[in-house]
Amino acid sequence: MCGISASYLNLIEHNRRRIGGKLLVDIARTLDVDVAALSQGADQALIDEIRNAAESAGIAEAVEKAEELAGRFPDWARVLAEQSRRVTELEVALETLSDRLAHDPFLSASLHDVLTTAAAIRSTSAILAEEEDVDPAWQARFHRNLYEDSRRLADSSRALASYLDAAGDTSKIVLSPQEEFHAWLEEQAFHLAWVEEGAPDSEDHRQIAEAAALGSAAAQSLARAHVAQYRLDAGVMPKVRVLDILHDAGPDPARLSREFSVDYPAVFRRIAALADAAGFPSVGLAVCDGSGTLIFRKSAEGFPTPLFGAACPLWPLYQALSRPHAPIREVIELVGRIPRRFETFTFADSRPHDGFDGPQITRSHMLVLPAPDAGNHPRISPVGTSCRICPRTNCEARREPSVIGLVD
Amino acid sequence: MGGRVLLIEDEPNIIEAIRFILSRDGWAVDTHSDGATAMEAIRRRRPDGVILDAMLPNRSGYDILADLRGAEDTATLPVLMLTARGQAKDRELAERHGVSRFMTKPFSNSEVLNTVRELVPR
Repeated sequence: MCGISASYLNLIEHNRRRIGGKLLVDIARTLDVDVAALSQGADQALIDEIRNAAESAGIAEAVEKAEELAGRFPDWARVLAEQSRRVTELEVALETLSDRLAHDPFLSASLHDVLTTAAAIRSTSAILAEEEDVDPAWQARFHRNLYEDSRRLADSSRALASYLDAAGDTSKIVLSPQEEFHAWLEEQAFHLAWVEEGAPDSEDHRQIAEAAALGSAAAQSLARAHVAQYRLDAGVMPKVRVLDILHDAGPDPARLSREFSVDYPAVFRRIAALADAAGFPSVGLAVCDGSGTLIFRKSAEGFPTPLFGAACPLWPLYQALSRPHAPIREVIELVGRIPRRFETFTFADSRPHDGFDGPQITRSHMLVLPAPDAGNHPRISPVGTSCRICPRTNCEARREPSVIGLVD
Repeated sequence: MGGRVLLIEDEPNIIEAIRFILSRDGWAVDTHSDGATAMEAIRRRRPDGVILDAMLPNRSGYDILADLRGAEDTATLPVLMLTARGQAKDRELAERHGVSRFMTKPFSNSEVLNTVRELVPR
């Protein structure tokens, strides 16, 4: 054809010989294609992308062969470039979400799938790009694998993107339903003004549906349960009467419990909700379930509750789990450069679920107040916030080493 | 001729790619995909080295590694562990169980090949 041998044409086809001038025109005429289609060769941007992918993978040989791959297999080169872009995007997302991996099984499984597929694509495409004399049957097989994996990667990336989209904008990607719920509570200062002002139940739905912080259906569900409980508490313990008692006697849970004939957890919730209005801004409340997981966190000033991971096992909150229905009053000292003391009231309740055949559901509640007089307490228990950031060395309850300097 | 390598991995296209590059380098490659029967396969095949995926169906690679190190006949068998979980704690877990080398996905073919050449006797 055109006066050249089949082997020379093969070298041209595989980007191993450059052509131009009359020969290029003759071949284009014979093949009935535009000269430009033959002369332009592979797109430089595409070559650069493949080169970048090879560089980021640290494969020097592949960097050198990027142009050859783009020339010989332009479609697969585009697939590789596209997958490389996706992997880069997902690596960024992975970095952002790495702390969440252990806590979100769906995310963990999805990212595992994406990375495994990326590994298969990388390995297979490297064989096609780097290995010499690959048998045509194997080449076909690897092309098919590459096609299958790129489809799988597209599907798993799409599923992951949909999952992340469900949480709203990028800033919300990293929020779990619990975090969304607590962000919303903090916006309300833990005080539901519309309930206190006597708005009907129908207002609850509107408030929750219009709350920007409650992006997911799961977070809205948590908020609905909280509002329902809040309404019950407010019905039994009207704001005006509670404020009168608080002004008169201070935040005394036993007095409020007697006055309204309600249990301690309800009193703790009510004090936490009305503390600001009563002039006690430093009231905190922590609630955990039977597994020790914090399911409600209102931090007192100077007594933070950890956002991720477990809190200090020495908190009376956890001690109470083994002593359900026994009220515990304890002064604790939060270690730190300047130790701070707090008075805590803790009560764990445990009730059967679903009659005699169901499990016991246990929850522990700890109300945290500034210690009124630091000098007059017979027993003061040292505690931390969380092992990871606790400076105490001589603690037998420590779960893991601290990341900060330790003190005795 | 290289030694015998047992690749324990459940992703078919990764199996195909790794088998291809190792076979080209002269290694005899056997494969196995199920975690629960992996120890049985190792005892039957008697490989000179193992490439072990961390997340396998029915049993984790970490548990298999612990069994290997606990048995007299496999205590020193070279094991290259592959995983999509590359956090420090995953590496620490593998090292605590006695892994010979730990590699995160996506890996490069040359990394795998060079590591096998280093770890496994020809």
